[in-house]
Amino acid sequence: MSIETDYELGVRRDLGSHVFTAEAIIAFARQFDPQRFHVDAEAAKNTVFGGLCASGWHTSATWMKLNIRSIENDVAKAQADGRTPPEFGPSPGIRNIRWFKPVFAGDEIRYSRINRGARPLNSRPGWSVLETSAEAHDKAGNIVMSFDSAVLIKLPEAGD
Amino acid sequence: MPEQDLLYFEDMSPGTIFPLGPKDVTADEIIAFAMEFDPQPMHIDAEAGAASILGGLAASGWHTCAMMMRMMADSYLLRTAAEGAPGIDHVRWRKPVLAGDVLSGETRVLEARESRSRPGIGIVSLRHELRNQIGDTVIESENPVMVRLRPQEGGEA
Repeated sequence: MSIETDYELGVRRDLGSHVFTAEAIIAFARQFDPQRFHVDAEAAKNTVFGGLCASGWHTSATWMKLNIRSIENDVAKAQADGRTPPEFGPSPGIRNIRWFKPVFAGDEIRYSRINRGARPLNSRPGWSVLETSAEAHDKAGNIVMSFDSAVLIKLPEAGD
Repeated sequence: MPEQDLLYFEDMSPGTIFPLGPKDVTADEIIAFAMEFDPQPMHIDAEAGAASILGGLAASGWHTCAMMMRMMADSYLLRTAAEGAPGIDHVRWRKPVLAGDVLSGETRVLEARESRSRPGIGIVSLRHELRNQIGDTVIESENPVMVRLRPQEGGEA
């Protein structure tokens, strides 16, 4: 098993799509980001966005939701095939989050992931840092969000 | 909120500090957020969290970002003539945020300049930091936010 073969470096992986309902946009925003353009459809009309739109954190966290689902599917498949799946650790952070366009109520957003590379971590033998780019596109194909992230990953020992 | 009570671009000069928190982080909130957005074992199960690198039931990093967003809204954003943020330069999750932690910190204005392309709008660069109850920094982040300039008296509304 290697990062190169099993992590599809440089290849875009489709993570599926998610529809943002007005109810979900407002529920998330009331808890975490109650700015007027995220919680009040009427007030949102008079802002730069022109309508009720999802908090950027809602759009971004939904990438994580679909990414985790994709990883869980990969793990289940590896186990079914008798292979040892990798172990994932925490993430040190994210960079370059860009919210290019508002995600409005009713928008269907398609998410993807591109694994950029991995480097072994000297401080934690056996673990590597996997660098990933995340993207989200609307139905017209316009990019609405992107960011770069990193996550600790422990690959199975050779022979597993 | 009456217009005259809003914070405008002119109120956010470099060096201005807005306090964030305190915010109690509960196990229920950690699990509820993680069940929807980041259902990894260390975010939804106390025993799995304790056995992980994070050392306890730990908030998803996305949850920590969302909690910090709420602290910003409560501290200053909801009374600011803000027009949203185009993105986030970086987020560093420096230490785990664990159930029972109490988070507090501040936003500091790093830089403020008027937009060249959009009259009446300024770009304010913000740096945010949250610490836990023993003073460890748990998250650092920087981002620009768009803020309207104060309307001129006697000018067009």
